[in-house]
This record gives sequence, C-alpha cells and structure tokens, in this order.
Amino acid sequence: MTITFDSYGRRRIVNLVMTLAAFAAVGLALLPLVSILYTATVRGLPALGPGFLTDQTPLPCSGSACPHGGIGPAIEGTLILISLASLISVPIGLMTGIFLSEYGSNTAGRTVRFLTDVMTGVPSIVVGIFTYTLFLYAANAGYIQFDYIHSAISGAFAISVIMIPIVARTTDEALRLVPTSTREAGLALGLPQWVVVSRIVLSSGRTAVVTGVLLGLSRAAGETAPLLVTALGSLFLFRQVNAPIGALPLTIYQLGLSPYSNWIDDAWGAALVLVVMMLLINIGARVALKYGGPRGSTR
Amino acid sequence: MARAGPVPADRPPSQGRGSPAGDSIFQGLAVAAALLVMGTLAALLIVLFENSSQSFGAFGLQFLWSTTWTPAGNPLHPEAYSAGPFIFGTLVTSALAIVLGVPVSIGVAVFLTELSPPWLSEPLSGLVELLAAVPSVIYGLWGFFVLVPIMRTDVEPGLQQLLGPNFPLFSGTPLGLDKLTAGVILAVMIIPTVTAVSREAFRAVPTSQREAALSLGATRWETTRIGVISPARSGIFGAMTLGLGRAIGETMAVTMTIGNTNVISGSLVAPGQTIASLIATNFGESAPGTLFQSTLLELGLVLLMISLTVNVVARLLLSRVLNVEAGRE
Repeated sequence: MTITFDSYGRRRIVNLVMTLAAFAAVGLALLPLVSILYTATVRGLPALGPGFLTDQTPLPCSGSACPHGGIGPAIEGTLILISLASLISVPIGLMTGIFLSEYGSNTAGRTVRFLTDVMTGVPSIVVGIFTYTLFLYAANAGYIQFDYIHSAISGAFAISVIMIPIVARTTDEALRLVPTSTREAGLALGLPQWVVVSRIVLSSGRTAVVTGVLLGLSRAAGETAPLLVTALGSLFLFRQVNAPIGALPLTIYQLGLSPYSNWIDDAWGAALVLVVMMLLINIGARVALKYGGPRGSTR
Repeated sequence: MARAGPVPADRPPSQGRGSPAGDSIFQGLAVAAALLVMGTLAALLIVLFENSSQSFGAFGLQFLWSTTWTPAGNPLHPEAYSAGPFIFGTLVTSALAIVLGVPVSIGVAVFLTELSPPWLSEPLSGLVELLAAVPSVIYGLWGFFVLVPIMRTDVEPGLQQLLGPNFPLFSGTPLGLDKLTAGVILAVMIIPTVTAVSREAFRAVPTSQREAALSLGATRWETTRIGVISPARSGIFGAMTLGLGRAIGETMAVTMTIGNTNVISGSLVAPGQTIASLIATNFGESAPGTLFQSTLLELGLVLLMISLTVNVVARLLLSRVLNVEAGRE
C-alpha cells in the first residue's frame, strides 16, 4: 500500500488509464458475442427458406444455384434426444435436488453437493466415450443389440449424464430459497414431511425449479461432443430407434466443415436457429427468475 | 443449520392427507437418486480405468510423457501411442486461455461492481453471461470462418513483425488453424465464468474496505486495487481455476480451430491437438477392443483426472469465498 501524496498528477493518470482499461475489457468481452450474432445472421439468412426447419438435408452441391433444403433431420433429432433425456434426467435430477435441500444439511449432503458440483465440470467428450463404453458392455453381454450403441437411446443417455447434475443443483438452490417457516407451517398442520416437500416447498420454488430445468435442457441441446460418439448424426429423418440420429449441433459441425457451399450455408442457418433459441431461453429464464422468484422468499 | 431436518420421531400421528409411511418412501427415493448420481461419477472413473488396461499394459507410465504416435498398418514402425503431445496441447491452450481471458474478465468484473451505474450493471452482466449460453460448436464455427482468417492474415503476421521472425513462440508460417487461435477462442469461452465468479468475490468485500481506502485519499483505481481486488485475491484465484477447468475439457471449439496435428511444436502459430480434440476426431474410427480404442479411453481417463482435480481445487477455493457471501452454512 504505497500511496504517496506528492504525485497526485501521476496517480490521476493511472486512475484514468485503469478506468479506460476496464471500459475496454467490457468492449473486448462483448465483441465476440456481437460478431457471432452478426455473422450467424448474415451468413445464415440466405439458407432460411419456408421449409428450412422441416425439409431433408439437400444433396451436397457448390455454387449459387444449389438448393438449400432444410435441417429437418437435425431439428427432429434434437427434439427426440431432448425429450428422451428429460424423461431420464428430470426425475433423477429433481429427486437429487430434493435430497440436497431437504435431507442434506449433514456431512453426507454436503459431500453429495460438492461432488455434484464437481460433476458439472466433467468434460462432455468424456461423458460421450463413457456412454459408448457402457453401451458396448451391455451389447457384449447380450442385453441390447449392437445397433443401440449409436442411437437416440445412447445419445439421450449421454445428454442425461450431463443434465442431471445441473438440474439437481438448480433444484437444490431453488428449494433452499424457500423459507424454513414455510416448511414449519406445513409440519405444524400435521402434514407428513413428504407432503410438505412435494406439495408446498416444491410449489413455492417452482418458478426457479422450472427455470433450472429449462437451462439444463438448453445446455443439453447445445452439446455436440458426447453425441459425436453416441448419436453419431444423420442426414435423414427418423426411421428407427436403433439407428444413428441427427442433432442441431452435430449438423452444424458436420455440414459446417464440409467443402460444399449449400451445406455450409445450412450450417450457418442451423447455427442461427440454435443460437437464437439458446439466447431466448436464457433471457426468458433470467426474466422469469427476476419477476417470478420464490413466493414468500426473503431474498 | 437445520433448514428442514428429519421430522422428530415423537411427532404426533399425522392427521392431514398422505400417509406417514410415504415419508420413508419419499426420502428413500431422494436418497436413491443421490446415490445414482454418485454412482455415475464412480462408474465414469471405473469404466474408463478398466478399459485403459490394454493401453496401460502396452505403454506403461511412459505413456504420459512419450511422444510416439504411429498408428497400426505402418510397415516401418510398430503400433504405438502416447499422451505427450496432447497433454502438451491441452496445457498450452488452457494457459493461453487464462493469460488472455482472466485480465479481461477481471476488468469486466471491476467495471460491473465498481464503475458502472446500477442501471447498467445488471443488463451488462446478463449480456456477458449470455456468452456462456452460446454452444461450443457455434464458437467453433465462428472461429473457423471468422477468427481463423483474421489470425492468419493480420494478427499472427503482425505479432511476427513486432517480435522479429526468430521469436520462438511465433516462428513458422502462421496457419490460423493453430494453438494461438484455439487459445483465443478458449479465452472468450471462459470469460463469462471467470467474470461471474470474480464479480461475486468483489461484491463480497465489505463496503467499509472501500470507504477506508477512499478516506485516506485514494483515487478510484487505488481504492479498487487496495480495497477490492486485494482482499478478493482468493476469490479471483478460484475463478481462474474454474475457468481453467472449463478450458481443459472444452472440445468442439478447439477441435475446429487447432489444426489437429499430433506433434509437439513450441510455436504457438503451429497446429496442435488437445486430449479432447484428439478423442473427438479419432474415436469414431476406433474399433471396439483394439489397442487404439483403449488408448483413446486411457486419454479420456487422463483428461477426466486432470479436470476433476482442477474442479475440486476450484470448488474448495470458492466454497469459502462464495458461502461467506451468500451467508450459507
């Protein structure tokens, strides 16, 4: 702490420089977001036609006369994967969150909370090869056909492994904002604890819980790496459950790095659709949390 | 602190709806879900460990620092793999992400907590957090089509001119698809995480610290340095570690910009490969039961161990800082 009182001029200059540096940092941080939105809009718009969201992937072709087709298989695949993943991960995540907030104020609870936090940091590609290996075990043991290793089922499983810790922790945070007095009021009426938790606590915190699930879903919908080794991607609409399936992020990766101009355009179109979807969900979640937070909360 | 601990055993019999037997079933379900989550974490480690044995048997511990990479089918060399180039690539790109991303994040956090008027602060931090909502494949696509050309034609030649052609870190023909570009993308991707956590750490510093500095005649920057950044050091360090964890495991954006070359090169403008990008680009071509697939799974285990360690350290550092702020426990 060296504040010298004889160099006020120099200190004012340093102050000015550092203030400007902080302004510059904000500009620098937001530049990529602006650039991504701008590029996705400019390069994605040409691909957007009336059937873009539903049509089949076009035949690869380069030049200005190429048909753009659509990203129907990707949209459909993402919807199927996300629905299946929600069926698995929402109940498990929700119950884990309830465990953490309602039964977790002891060493066991704190340990589980810590490890759940750590689990959100597991690299998604590792989750992918883990899922692949588990399905390979099951196929080798004769429980499933080998086809299922690359299918909607394995893709949804991988996504669930990523989603569950997110849903668990957001549920935990949401329920812990519900005041203890709300629980005590329920218990004082003679309600069993499970009724208090499932009817009163969960419903007071429902905005935050639903928002958390939505954020988990949006994160899952953007995952590519785990699907690269499980769902594998597909240029065709869904036909059977034991076959590779497309997904928006996979399409962006596979078409985007292809040498064909209409595929690259479609990749940007898909990127535009995906990024707008993500931003809307995230902004929506932010607004919902701000104006519809837990009722009766003191925060 | 018991928020809603188990109901005391001497509670009077239930008169409301729902049977008391439901309590043990409900709690059982909650415990089962939590055990399932813990089981998944354990299974991750066990499955990868078990499947690494073939590779570990072939290459031993040397695997971690050796640099051999000769796939099967080469008549001149026996099939051999190693982790060296990929651990190197992962460390270099993550270090770049920290060096480039952390100062910017601290700048943003300082702006949000110390300089910005309250009406601007909230929407602005929302915007920065939106950076985290952009999927990594879109960062990759943007990196490939926008950032790579800029790096190749402007930034990298510019750096070479500035530092001389023989400066080792930037030697060679700039390709754009290289470690520097991947590092820049990773820096952008960790900014929301590091900013959000540093901001919380700055907010946790009592206002009296700032007032004390101001009352001694400090300028606004001096107040920030002495009264905010300095007491929040451990929080910043935790934020940095969390950002490091994110950078180490990032797959798609790196895969699409790093150039995917399995060699060690000291130059940042030469292509490379991280553990994650290697698995992403090669796993599809590996057949079950082969030495190659076992090698990729061992690399997955190495990546998992590194990122678990980094995340555990980050959470331990942060649990103190952030819980004090939130008044928890």
